[in-house]
Amino acid sequence: MKRILVGIKRVVDYNVRIRVKPDGSGVVTDGVKMSINPFDEIALEEALRIREKGGADEVVVATIGTPDTRQQLTTALAMGADRAVLVESATAVEPLDAARAFLKLAEREQPFLVILGKQAIDDDNNQTGQMLAALWNRPQATFASKVELAEGKATVTREVDAGLETLEVELPAVITTDLRLNEPRYVKLPDIMKAKKKPLETVPLASLGVEPRQRVKAIRFDPPPQRQKGVMVKSTQELVEALKKKGLVA
Amino acid sequence: MSKVLIVAEHDGTTLNSSTAKCVTCAHSIPGAEITVVVCAADASAVAVQAAGLQHVAKVLKLEDPANAHAVAALIAPQIAAIAAPYSHVFGPSTTFGKDLMPRIAALLDTAQLSDVMAAESATRFRRPIYAGNAIVTVEVDAGAKVVATVRTASFEAAAEGGTASVEAASAGATLPTHTRFVSVSAARSDRPDLQTARRVVSGGRALGSAENFQILYSLADKLGAAVGASRAAVDAGYAPNDLQVGQTGKIIAPELYFAIGISGAIQHLTGIKDARTIVAINKDAEAPIFEVADYGLVGDLFTVLPELEQLLGK
Repeated sequence: MKRILVGIKRVVDYNVRIRVKPDGSGVVTDGVKMSINPFDEIALEEALRIREKGGADEVVVATIGTPDTRQQLTTALAMGADRAVLVESATAVEPLDAARAFLKLAEREQPFLVILGKQAIDDDNNQTGQMLAALWNRPQATFASKVELAEGKATVTREVDAGLETLEVELPAVITTDLRLNEPRYVKLPDIMKAKKKPLETVPLASLGVEPRQRVKAIRFDPPPQRQKGVMVKSTQELVEALKKKGLVA
Repeated sequence: MSKVLIVAEHDGTTLNSSTAKCVTCAHSIPGAEITVVVCAADASAVAVQAAGLQHVAKVLKLEDPANAHAVAALIAPQIAAIAAPYSHVFGPSTTFGKDLMPRIAALLDTAQLSDVMAAESATRFRRPIYAGNAIVTVEVDAGAKVVATVRTASFEAAAEGGTASVEAASAGATLPTHTRFVSVSAARSDRPDLQTARRVVSGGRALGSAENFQILYSLADKLGAAVGASRAAVDAGYAPNDLQVGQTGKIIAPELYFAIGISGAIQHLTGIKDARTIVAINKDAEAPIFEVADYGLVGDLFTVLPELEQLLGK
């Protein structure tokens, strides 16, 4: 069975305006809309497209979290994943432990490809895929904007600061997705009904032999310093004069 | 005492200024002793530049033909192999560092701190989360090895004038053969680099086409500025991906930033928070970019840009 493992994370929806709690103990997440991390949706979409082109037989989607995370797994099943695994953990896990859990899943599922979003839009860590690749001792192709599969290898175009880089990696490998890899499909209502019949397995984190540790302790959350609104100028002339007066242009 | 190892970013001949910014971050840890490691096929030229940075005590050269290109799967085991004596291992929060450092952290069985914007002590750091909508202060256990990427926009580059020693080092790590570098799109032009430019002219969706986007270049040339783009402009195909400024693109801190036809989505503002002066030109008086701009002008960019160019030419 040619299998792709996709990791998703439940995060505060990207349209939600983030507010820091007045006591600095965290950000407000009560009652806000939760969604699949956008980069992970792209990861799932890529896996589905590979399967639809005959490059894979099965797409397994997995996440680590509380039972609430079933919502996002169900959405992923509705998008087209074949089955889902919830690695249940009452507390949030750090990227290194998330990578450890995915290593166990990779050993169990034997995928030829693991696709993850490059970063989650909550903690913006951008670490789990690289850590998984290191622990698995397999290649990584991060920030992918194009994936081409051939026998036993993948050619991946990556978005890097210099432009576009191409890597050739032997499979199995870990790929993390950038924004322009694809545009995820919308979920249709009948698919949500069908998704409820697809297998969704729950595995306690401890049963994978992963004991999460808190290595990084959050001490305090602050709102970012706000920029002050400046002045509105009426004309290009006035703008240039203002910039010249400030010595910003000659 | 803190001993900080910084992984140098370079293109084989020139040290990237992101490394000098990591040095400044490391130097803000009281009493830090700073070593820079250069992984390259031939590290000599880059090592000399790193040794010339103030506050750098030592430069290590890790030379191997496999290091001709910065492939994380090859470099990470080498850094992990020499990391034992160091309390901290830093790299820049550029695509180079973001790709590499977590792989090093995992090999060292330690956590990584991403996008460090301030070091309050050897164990306490500040970093942005939620696209910069919150800043979290984090603490790691004393004695734990700290792997971190440094948010380059938060630090000035360390000045030149240092006289560090340069030594050859050997990792003795077995390198995998499962990952091969194929190519990188050629860096173009002699235009200033977006990441480090003092002035940046950025365009958004309002430019309307790739052809129209070209008019920014003529203004940029007049100002000696780099050209950037919003995600919307890149997604629409008006500009290449490496021009994207914002949460998932480049985080920049120029002295002067022109946002032209950019509405100012939060993801874009994240990338320009540290700009000294922001100028916004937009047809829509309600555009959120005006909330953060130092100078705002409501107008049609196709009228304003030629005027601007002409007035700046005087």
